Amino acid sequence: MTTKKFMMVNRKAPYGTIYAWEALEVVLIAAAFEQDVSLAFLDDGVFQLKKGHNTKGIEVKAFEKTWGALEDYDVTKLYVSQEALAERGLTADDLAVPVEVLSRADIGKLMEEQDVLLSF
Amino acid sequence: MKFSILVSEGPYTHQSSDTAYQFAKAVLAKGHEIFRIFFYHDGVNNATRLTTPPQDDRNIINRWSKLAEENNLDLVVCVAAAQRRGIVDDGEMKRNGKDATNLAPGFRISGLGQLIEAGIQSDRLVVFGD
Repeated sequence: MTTKKFMMVNRKAPYGTIYAWEALEVVLIAAAFEQDVSLAFLDDGVFQLKKGHNTKGIEVKAFEKTWGALEDYDVTKLYVSQEALAERGLTADDLAVPVEVLSRADIGKLMEEQDVLLSF
Repeated sequence: MKFSILVSEGPYTHQSSDTAYQFAKAVLAKGHEIFRIFFYHDGVNNATRLTTPPQDDRNIINRWSKLAEENNLDLVVCVAAAQRRGIVDDGEMKRNGKDATNLAPGFRISGLGQLIEAGIQSDRLVVFGD
């Protein structure tokens, strides 16, 4: 099968809308199709990666464990916007999984290299 | 050029599916090919034939069905997203013990793999969402 470069762009907070959850389902399927998958986290999307989610009060599934599963699918390219972290008072130490922190401009360059960009 | 389209928002609340429809028509008018149109998130609500807008408004669902019929388009609704939102065909009705179906003509329900395949097979995958 042809392999293409897919980048999933996560822009939304993990809860409040379903985008983050359904984006993750696309990531896993793309990986199952053995595509070259990467994830970019911009804007409120960086909150998806934050450690210590507790969703008991809102009765929805928590994300955090799912990030660990990405490695089993060989999805290891996670790019996080430096500016988006800083604007929200976060650093890479606050995140649940290892990521590469890049400037918006550098993430833009990576986007140019992709065959398919799906934004959520 | 070979295009595929992803529609991520439901009809009427968001303009995305209107814009996707206009884009699809423009693509065909220019003589390009549409490999697939995939409906995800609330976009699956573009596929319920029970929608009844006021008579002086556009019928977004019928419009998709007509476009598909006239141009032999592949309109695919994500099964997991459809199950969450109650979009049902005969197979889903039987599988999940439901008492009705509502999938509009010209649409079919299938897996997310169809979206990934659209990305692989098409020159451009264009996303219409928020």
